[in-house]
Amino acid sequence: MRFAVVQFPGSNCDQDCVHALQVLGQEARLVWHQETKIDPSEGVILPGGFSYGDYLRCGAIARFSPIMGAVKAAAERGQVVVGICNGFQILCEAGLLPGALTRNEGLHFRCETAHVRVETPASRFTSYYGTGEVLKIPIAHGEGCYRASPEILQELEAQQRVLFRYCNVEGQVVPEANPNGSSHNIAGICNAGRNVLGMMPHPERCCEAEMGGVDGRGILLGAAGVLKPI
Amino acid sequence: MKAVVTVTLKPSILDPQGEAVGHAIQAMGVKGLKSVRIGKHIELEIEGEEKGLRAKLEEISKELLSNPVMENFHLDVRAGG
Repeated sequence: MRFAVVQFPGSNCDQDCVHALQVLGQEARLVWHQETKIDPSEGVILPGGFSYGDYLRCGAIARFSPIMGAVKAAAERGQVVVGICNGFQILCEAGLLPGALTRNEGLHFRCETAHVRVETPASRFTSYYGTGEVLKIPIAHGEGCYRASPEILQELEAQQRVLFRYCNVEGQVVPEANPNGSSHNIAGICNAGRNVLGMMPHPERCCEAEMGGVDGRGILLGAAGVLKPI
Repeated sequence: MKAVVTVTLKPSILDPQGEAVGHAIQAMGVKGLKSVRIGKHIELEIEGEEKGLRAKLEEISKELLSNPVMENFHLDVRAGG
């Protein structure tokens, strides 16, 4: 599958996403935020970084970029849209995913490897994994504390739209394993149509053994619609 | 005209930044401190008195300057410079 990786001023994981997708045998092109077209056959990646210097709020200004109209249209058509880290923040600001990402509860920027538990294989992004499987994925953020109203959180849980939760090495979802104070230990969610994923951990940073792990491969391969080899 | 928009975190949203500042205030000797909440103060100066400006400012406050998921805003519009 071909992916459009959107570059906002201040994005810094765009090249990593392109590299990881190519390593996984996918096509990827960089799309400048002032462009307005995304092909109906493409997947979309909103990469990590600090779009517009995080001015006002993370993602608050990027959501008004010209390309976002095409991203919204792609999401509505059912195309795959993945927001990683700053991309997740942008998807929330744009209203493509519910809730918001606020300052980490402990105030620190957390740059480390997190354990996340796959909550359900029932999405293309998690189809490579089993329920409860523990993945090791790098995180690097200062504003990753997921917040939403109790009604929204209930809806996300009821519809099994929480795809990833921070957990300890044994896969237990406990407060000590929560790096940023996110409600319900949420690390990643999808939309009701299950074609839009937002997650704070960086799967593109763990797709090659040389990078310390390959736990992120299934997420990107699943997004690309590559069936899991039996 | 001048507009002042004050953006504050909703009461239900934890403000770790405010808490950290609160600890510093306590360290400065204030014993009865109950809470510190940090917000944003945004000033806009606009020439003339366009029709429908008030509604536009409401929209700007709601859509751009604040995020209704986690923040409230207060818009104060004053005539003149």
